[in-house]
Amino acid sequence: MKIAVCIKQVPTREWQPRLRDDKTWIREQDASFEMNEPDAYALEEGLRLREKHGGEVVVCAAGPARVQQVLREALARGADRAIHVEDDSLGSADAFVSAGALASAMSGEKFDLVLTGLQSDDQGHAQTGVVLAERLGIPHSTIIMEIQVQDASVAGDLEASGIRVKRELEGGWFQWVSMPLPALLTIQSGINQLRYATLKGIMAAKKKEIRKVSLPAGLQPSQQIVALALPVRSKQTQMISGSPAEAAKELVRRLRDEARAL
Amino acid sequence: MILVIAEQRDGTLNRATWEALVAAQQAAGGDEIQIVVPGASAGASARELAAAGVGTVVTLSHAALEPYTPDGYVLALAQVIAALAPQVIVLAHTYQARDFAPMLAARLNRPLVTDVTAISGTGPQTTFTRPMFQGKLAAEVKPAGKAACVVTVQIGAFRADALKKGAASADVKDMAVTIERAAIRQTPEAPFQEARQAVDLSQAARIVAVGRGIKSQDQLPIAEKLAQAMGAELAASRPICDNGWLPMERQIGSSGQTVAPKLYVALGISGAIQHLVGMKGSRTIVAINKDAEAPIFEVADYGIVGDLFEIVPALIKELEK
Repeated sequence: MKIAVCIKQVPTREWQPRLRDDKTWIREQDASFEMNEPDAYALEEGLRLREKHGGEVVVCAAGPARVQQVLREALARGADRAIHVEDDSLGSADAFVSAGALASAMSGEKFDLVLTGLQSDDQGHAQTGVVLAERLGIPHSTIIMEIQVQDASVAGDLEASGIRVKRELEGGWFQWVSMPLPALLTIQSGINQLRYATLKGIMAAKKKEIRKVSLPAGLQPSQQIVALALPVRSKQTQMISGSPAEAAKELVRRLRDEARAL
Repeated sequence: MILVIAEQRDGTLNRATWEALVAAQQAAGGDEIQIVVPGASAGASARELAAAGVGTVVTLSHAALEPYTPDGYVLALAQVIAALAPQVIVLAHTYQARDFAPMLAARLNRPLVTDVTAISGTGPQTTFTRPMFQGKLAAEVKPAGKAACVVTVQIGAFRADALKKGAASADVKDMAVTIERAAIRQTPEAPFQEARQAVDLSQAARIVAVGRGIKSQDQLPIAEKLAQAMGAELAASRPICDNGWLPMERQIGSSGQTVAPKLYVALGISGAIQHLVGMKGSRTIVAINKDAEAPIFEVADYGIVGDLFEIVPALIKELEK
């Protein structure tokens, strides 16, 4: 099975927001970056499918030069090769542009299965995977917690093969959905247990190919960030300071006397 | 005209549709609203919506729309949108909307603004506020083009009781759409729940919930002790359950349980929106987190910035006095 996994590089969880002077994007020079967490689960799922059914895992990313870091990391974890649509403008691109960039680089590869995380931890549109499926002309399903491959695909017999996937609904409900291959799935965090790169993997990754592709012309942003700001607090939070013992004493007092919650 | 896409399953209307209607009224600024209800069992939901008198209700009772599939919905809704030519299309940011709205927007080549929490202005000047960077920042976003766009609104961001109902109930009409069965590529099975949930956190008076800040499974007893001292149930944010440190049935958030206890204590939970939607209705919220910028403090009544491994033992000691 030929599997593509789309990964995005996003600021780390510990990152404290700092804005660019024009307030329409973050100060990237102050941020450190990591692999988008749901994408890491998608990668792990791709690697597990390859181990079970054979084939290859190709990691794809659309972003500026800095995203090489997460592509190398994915290769170290076991992906076979990488495709990088490289352009400075892609660091803050919306979902339509990201999906368009990925689609143009991926369409010639004829992947059987495309996996993405369900959303990114930066802009969080939760659109790129589904829009990519539409641009590639393949069916999709979202927020997936399990993948079963039916009739493991053998060369020349792809029509016969399909997948059955467990889709998460709200409030503890699930649903199985079947569809033919090729298809695209957006993966929910927690679908599997992540593996980390071994030293051997890191060494092997250095020899693996990262194919660079330039951004196709004519991709139009569908939306524009007018301003970024710290969110408005919906409540007046009473911050309690002091040593741990003092803060604990004061909190318990307020929970008893003020909030009557204890 | 503003078009609201309602969500229903087996004749039951998803309550989040009312919130989408409130957002639509705000975006409409007096402009007309129409509501489309897809599904062979749309009738009951359509009557309920029509009774509110907010705008004409259009049912799509085509048999191929039940059960839900993204392909079927997009095929049908693209025809509705072509016929009615709405300026803005509003729906609630549910898992179902996340499944088909990006495909619909991509097919129509219309901008899609997701997870919207506020709407400013009307017409071409409309901008939408939505969270970015896990809620650490709020972005004001403007769709490209002539503001003909699709918008999904965050659950709980628009209050359903703010709906301005009409004096008379609205008309309901059915619209015929063409759907080739063969064009629907997904075959869904009936929804199910995993083994019945043994823990009903929605009945708990107090909840102590842990997040990534607890760092390892070995540290959980400290949270358990606090829960005991407070007479609270122990719960967690999604990553803790993903790691298998606590069972999934103790998960609070959009994919887990929704709770509104008397007291909710969030330990080391940053407050991603998926968690907040499950607990922000709690009467009193306490947040203990080392990061003063964590979004959890936006919904907290009381906050302590610091090391939970120092603060929680002090709290237990204080409660046991």
